[in-house]
Amino acid sequence: MFELSELNALLPEILVLTLTCVILLVDLYGSEQRRGLIHLLSIATLVFAAIATLRIHEPGQTVESEILLNGTLVRDQMGDVLKLFVYLVMGLVFVYSKGYLRDRNLFKGEFFVLCLFGMLGMMVMISAANMLTLYLGLELLALSTYALVALDRDNRLASESAMKYFVLGALASGMLLYGMSMIYGATGSLDLSEIAEGVRGASGDNLVLAFGLTFIVVGLAFKFGAVPFHMWVPDVYHGSPTAVTLFIGSAPKLAAFALAIRLLDDGLGGLHGFWQSMLILLAVASLAIGNIVAIAQTNIKRMLAYSTISHVGFIFLGLLAGTQEGYEAAMFYAIVYAMMAAGAFGVVILLSRAGFEAEDLDDYRGLNQRSPWFAFVMLMLMASLAGFPPFVGFFAKLQVVKAAVNADLVWLAVLSVVFAVIGAFYYLRVIKLMYMDEPTTDEPLRAPVDLGTVLSANGLAQLILGMFPGPLIAICAAAF
Amino acid sequence: MIGLAHFLILGAILFCISVAGIFLNRKNVLILLMAIELMLLAVNMNFVAFSRFLGNTDGQVFVFFILTVAAAEAAIGLAILVVLFRNRQTINVQELDSLKG
Repeated sequence: MFELSELNALLPEILVLTLTCVILLVDLYGSEQRRGLIHLLSIATLVFAAIATLRIHEPGQTVESEILLNGTLVRDQMGDVLKLFVYLVMGLVFVYSKGYLRDRNLFKGEFFVLCLFGMLGMMVMISAANMLTLYLGLELLALSTYALVALDRDNRLASESAMKYFVLGALASGMLLYGMSMIYGATGSLDLSEIAEGVRGASGDNLVLAFGLTFIVVGLAFKFGAVPFHMWVPDVYHGSPTAVTLFIGSAPKLAAFALAIRLLDDGLGGLHGFWQSMLILLAVASLAIGNIVAIAQTNIKRMLAYSTISHVGFIFLGLLAGTQEGYEAAMFYAIVYAMMAAGAFGVVILLSRAGFEAEDLDDYRGLNQRSPWFAFVMLMLMASLAGFPPFVGFFAKLQVVKAAVNADLVWLAVLSVVFAVIGAFYYLRVIKLMYMDEPTTDEPLRAPVDLGTVLSANGLAQLILGMFPGPLIAICAAAF
Repeated sequence: MIGLAHFLILGAILFCISVAGIFLNRKNVLILLMAIELMLLAVNMNFVAFSRFLGNTDGQVFVFFILTVAAAEAAIGLAILVVLFRNRQTINVQELDSLKG
């Protein structure tokens, strides 16, 4: 049995669940004009969750990892840090999407409730210490996102991409589950720490274990969107409303990182040799396809989708090193990437108006003449995504490459740098369009105050974190 | 005597049928949903068989959760299907090609 006091450590999750249900009720009884209240309540939920997460332990101290509720959940430093960044990114999502949703008559409670349930799923995934909790968190996130993609009911593209996302996402969950059942069969437990022991005791050529591991890696690759399991990424990014793309493209990457760490390191760390070679294949393919195909895209959402695929390659580069340094680097990369992606989609939302989606690269022509400041913000985000110093994207790339070199994978590090250089082309093309071309419309850019301020802060954060990356690196280092 | 291996082979066959169903099916989206259900049931077969032969009930608990999630998943899948049909008047897989993946 578990102690009632253990529930105290679950305060953030309980709080998010309760407040989300409250929001659901408020939305039911609130009038059409009171939707702003839902928006505020959703942001307040994030703030409360952040306070609850910080309050559980003494400030400045690292959290001792403790197993809760009969080994179903774990509370550790990595989980807390990842959760705090999930709240931050979700806050960006809520602030950016407000005007966009209002213009499209999508400013409904459902968006916020589904986003918050998705976030709850991410939190459960991040703290899972058992394959069952991991699966439940994953499904809570996945089911919320399927519904979110289809939120714009009369949009043909959105419903098609929702269907594709649903089928491929369910396929991925099925693969992951099949892998889990094999691991359960081989080790006799669902508990990740017991699995780790079982794996250490197993002989090197345990067929069931190898079989399970393969399926788990395939499922993970699907969820990350790594090549060759990336088919859904461009379609879903393109088809869903930009506010939903913003959600799918940012915070879930942090949860996917946690999923990978929990399964591959906490559970199957003893099989590092096996999964390293699989991740190398996935990383190389993702870097190649992501960077090269992105060049051919004329739609910025599709371009950013392929850019996600290439960034997943970099995250895998850190993970596959299998060292503490590699995990730190991958975590730093995932956090930085989630913020950069949120900013980039924020700019796409900023340029969109009622009845107009700024989806084509041509819509970014001459942005500098329409709004020099936001062109500069986009410049910072693009340069950070491309990995130019002094922006923080550079340090993220530097760290994963360093981890790969220290893991004796020099050829892979060189290859990733080559692909990063190829990838710089399409980020630079956006910058060239903004600064060197004539605008297609002379309509001035109107930025709502909240969106403008937060977006500027998001862009400037790339520069500031890039000049002072120390604290964030230290936070990630303390997590392992 | 029916042993663990027989159950695992049955699970694997069901799993393969469902994956083939997802990739080969070019006609109807409903068949995709059926294939997804079959896939989850194949996994359940594995879990129950392992649970029985390991003498450990964790696997059976997992099966209950998978069944529940499968029901929720089917509900969302069908809801998306209804939205899709309203927008396009078709649920033919081949005609869902306006996004070029």
